[in-house]
Amino acid sequence: MTIEQSVALAPAARAIQLIGTDLTEKSLKLHLDGLSGVDAVGLEARAAGLATRSIKTTSKAWALDTIIRLIDLTTLEGADTPGKVQSLVAKAMNPDPSDPTTPRVAAVCVYGDMVADAVAALGSAHAAGGPTGINVAAVATAFPSGRASLAVKLADTRDAVAAGADEIDMVIDRGAFLSGRYGVVFEQIVAVKEACRRDDGSMAHLKVILETGELNTYDNVRKASWLAILAGADFIKTSTGKVQPAATLPVTLLMLQVVNDWNRLTGEKIGVKPAGGIRSSKDAIRYLVTVAETVGEEWLHPHLFRFGASSLLNDVLLQRQKLKTGHYSGPDYVTID
Amino acid sequence: MSFLEYAPAPESKSILHLKKDYGLFIDGDFRDGHGTPFTTISPADESPIARIANANTADVDTAVAAARRAYDKTWSRMSGADRGKYLFRIARLVQERSRELAVAESLDNGKPIKESRDVDVPLVAAWFFYYAGWADKLDHAGLGPSPRALGVAAQVIPWNFPLLMLAWKIAPALAAGNTVVLKPAETTPLSALVFAEILQQADLPAGVVNIITGAGDTGSALVNHPDVDKVAFTGSTAVGRAIARSTAGTGKKITLELGGKAANIVFDDAPMDQAIEGIVNGIFFNQGHVCCAGSRLLVQENIHDEVIDRLKQRLSTLRMGDPLDKNTDIGAINSKAQLERIRALSEVGEQEGATRWSADCEIPAKGFWFAPTIFTNVETSHRIAREEIFGPVLSVLTFRTPAEAIAKANNTPYGLSAGIWSDKGSRILGVADRLKAGVVWANTFNRFDPASPFGGYKESGYGREGGRHGLGAYLQSGWSDALPASRSPRPSRAIRPSTKAKPAEKAVRAASKGAAS
Amino acid sequence: MTAHLTIPKTYKLYIGGAFPRSESGRTYEVATRSGAFLANAAKASRKDARDAVVAARAAQSGWAGATAYNRGQVLYRIAELLEGRRAQFVDELRSAGGVTEAAAQREVDAAIDVWVWYAGWADKYLQVTGNGNAVSGPYFNISTPEPTGVVAAIAPQDAAAWGGGLLGLVSVIAPVLVSGNTLVVVASESTPLPAISLAEVLATSDVPGGVVNILTGSPAEIAPWLASHADVNALDLTGAEGMDWIDLQIAAADTLKRVLPPESGIPTPSLDRVQFYTETKTVWHPKGIV
Repeated sequence: MTIEQSVALAPAARAIQLIGTDLTEKSLKLHLDGLSGVDAVGLEARAAGLATRSIKTTSKAWALDTIIRLIDLTTLEGADTPGKVQSLVAKAMNPDPSDPTTPRVAAVCVYGDMVADAVAALGSAHAAGGPTGINVAAVATAFPSGRASLAVKLADTRDAVAAGADEIDMVIDRGAFLSGRYGVVFEQIVAVKEACRRDDGSMAHLKVILETGELNTYDNVRKASWLAILAGADFIKTSTGKVQPAATLPVTLLMLQVVNDWNRLTGEKIGVKPAGGIRSSKDAIRYLVTVAETVGEEWLHPHLFRFGASSLLNDVLLQRQKLKTGHYSGPDYVTID
Repeated sequence: MSFLEYAPAPESKSILHLKKDYGLFIDGDFRDGHGTPFTTISPADESPIARIANANTADVDTAVAAARRAYDKTWSRMSGADRGKYLFRIARLVQERSRELAVAESLDNGKPIKESRDVDVPLVAAWFFYYAGWADKLDHAGLGPSPRALGVAAQVIPWNFPLLMLAWKIAPALAAGNTVVLKPAETTPLSALVFAEILQQADLPAGVVNIITGAGDTGSALVNHPDVDKVAFTGSTAVGRAIARSTAGTGKKITLELGGKAANIVFDDAPMDQAIEGIVNGIFFNQGHVCCAGSRLLVQENIHDEVIDRLKQRLSTLRMGDPLDKNTDIGAINSKAQLERIRALSEVGEQEGATRWSADCEIPAKGFWFAPTIFTNVETSHRIAREEIFGPVLSVLTFRTPAEAIAKANNTPYGLSAGIWSDKGSRILGVADRLKAGVVWANTFNRFDPASPFGGYKESGYGREGGRHGLGAYLQSGWSDALPASRSPRPSRAIRPSTKAKPAEKAVRAASKGAAS
Repeated sequence: MTAHLTIPKTYKLYIGGAFPRSESGRTYEVATRSGAFLANAAKASRKDARDAVVAARAAQSGWAGATAYNRGQVLYRIAELLEGRRAQFVDELRSAGGVTEAAAQREVDAAIDVWVWYAGWADKYLQVTGNGNAVSGPYFNISTPEPTGVVAAIAPQDAAAWGGGLLGLVSVIAPVLVSGNTLVVVASESTPLPAISLAEVLATSDVPGGVVNILTGSPAEIAPWLASHADVNALDLTGAEGMDWIDLQIAAADTLKRVLPPESGIPTPSLDRVQFYTETKTVWHPKGIV
């Protein structure tokens, strides 16, 4: 689908507020082209600097628990089965059976057709967007490639929401973005956002996956982040986990900077979710430091920051055990999901 | 408790085997000085570190004599390949003892360990490696066949990068075949003395490098010593001027790296987040004790408020405190005298009508500290826009057009460095062309490398350090058309007669012959 | 018919592309080597020196901003013009410089060769004295020699020993111009006339006014003002051997001028001389493809 330049895009409150009601492909492009550029070397140097911080031992205990609370525990395999999802949910609810003080993760993240299984497995632990419990996040919109018609993407989204998904992780149309059709990307996000609306009028939270590994340049990541926020994203997310490189510290830093800019401009707080490739506690703590020093510690809560990860949780549990017992633990002392 | 209260993560001082007393390093050994010893202190808490010998003029004579002997008998006769191997040994030993050197540096200087560990000491090793490779390739340095060493080099270095400045001086001098007498700054002698131990471990022939400690009078005696052929000085423009005067007519070859008041120019199309980092790195790196610090921020007027807002937000995340703590961003001011100068100039800034903002830092009870400070509403006529503060103080000025930015940037007697932030390539190259500064950092700042020449225009000194140019500062050109070496006090080292003449040269000779007829 | 009565030439200063008299109104007598009166030359004052520095500064950015090819062309053109006035210069060197016809011819030829030699460097010295630097990091890094700015020079003075006064002057002027500096030069006090004739060549060439400024008079009187002038960036003492040049160097230290010490005789054409009037500028820029 292409959009004629004269045709106004679907309404999106943020974009209208910022750019005006004359919302066209052209005005959108002009707006995005006006964003400041990113110097790759400088960005990477800053990220490397943040990665050298070391935190207090007491802070470390807090940091490890915080990482668990921020995890979207994920399984996104073609081989996913109800049993696998049940196992994942069990792990999410009780990450370390040997230590009941271990916090629960923020959400489980599954394919749309597994949402019902996840909801069933969670039972009363299903937060359904509430303050306690665990959310169910579903990837949607022809994840991971996004190569399907808008109708299919919207159906995919509606199905997941109807099945009880609290959060939708959609992918943008990278092809459209890279060919300069920002209006297509924008309108799809707006439409998917609308598809997140439940019958009662409430909305599933929308995370917009940029797939930064395919956008390739930091300038593109900045533009796409801004575009996703303008279109109504509650979260911007780095990656599907299916494309390398997935989340990197510089890319996440850059997205946090965009979020910081948006907050300075509007006072509105947008969430960030690095996903894929974050496997160690040490890595994850670097992300926490980066969040704290870029947008502030206020962001270190599940409604504003998530890790999309699977193996990270076990490493955090090993580190937790080490802190508790004073000696190093081993993989047989944490459960596989 | 805030998560951002990072752990005190101090480097252990136990790695540093401190002696109570340090002598002068002359002719391969430590020996007592004949001046009154002084104590070097840690600027972070004013605690004494060690007692340091003080060289008087007799000690300077001894050191220069040792360097001359080593030059005549050993170093000038050694092959370039072997000189290079000694430099290589030194580089390896610096790497092996890098943590110890970093601790010594942060302890004595007050700079954050993350800078001494990640910037200063690795660059020191890199400098020796780089020049090690030149020692046997002097014929290819662009100075003609068989360029020759100058002889004894007198080197006086400042307190802001004690060990790095030592490397900048000693590495090219030795590679070119000179011997050295070096005087570290009075407030930061420690790392140079640990380095002297490294020279012993490297088995460097006695007298090739001599390190003498003391204050300004020791330095003055050294640079004015009649048996010195080369003077290299890094420090204030006032002292550099005095050296230029006192060495006039002596034929000594001079390199001076002096002060600066660099403009860091931010255009409205700059990569904004990186520009903010660059501004911070430009003026708050090493507490602003950097001759090339970006101390004058020239920001395009239409983005002034945004830049200042972002800068303040960023500065509020800087951590000031124990230099040995790995999380420290801003360490201690090196000395009480320097702290007083920074305070005095900052007060002048306020009196002149500039608006002062300082980051909300907890100032430790002991030691010398100054919170990162920004002055806005600074005019070009203000003293804080013209004089080198040499501290963590940024003066912010605005401009409207590139032409105005260039004019303001060049409107200073200094000309050491400058910064440009813009996403537009042609503007970067065009502005870089017009800036009268020896180092121009575009979309980056405060980068150093042994392969990269460093040095200034105008009152920022003369000569370059680093790279092939830095090597040339320690050599007499081997070209037959080389410039005269002024009045060489040592006629034995006069220029060799030329062997090949160019046509134009022949014409000159022919013409000259007929002149008296 | 009576013989044609010649009109004597008035020798003036060359400042900012014009030929003013000294603002002081002073002149001094220039004589042949045997002592016969030749002409009255302008005796420049400190204010003329000041005006010359102002003119040199005004012309500097334009001259430096010309392309290297263009500067080379302009310098080649001077050699062409010198060639065209060869007979005039030979005559002047004979009468004013007191050298033989053959020596005068050799000197003019040499001066032309020196111009040509230096002209050729204009678009090459950068390639020989600049560097691309391999730094340890993702940065483009290049060092280029750029003009120092305004140079003040004392031309070789002792014409009796070193020729008729043209070659020494040319050997001082040409290397300064190659990279884009501008110049105030004090001509030989005893043989200033070739200097003013050279000024006429420069004035009719494509060298912009102010790029070369030639003062005649007493170097001992003018040089201290140039040495201490804060808007002069480099001091060439090539011809200052017979003066208190150490005092000049000390005066130059006040603003850290680059100082080229005196030289006996006529300077050899030298790339070092070109390089001496340059500042190495090193530019860094990050290299990143993303």
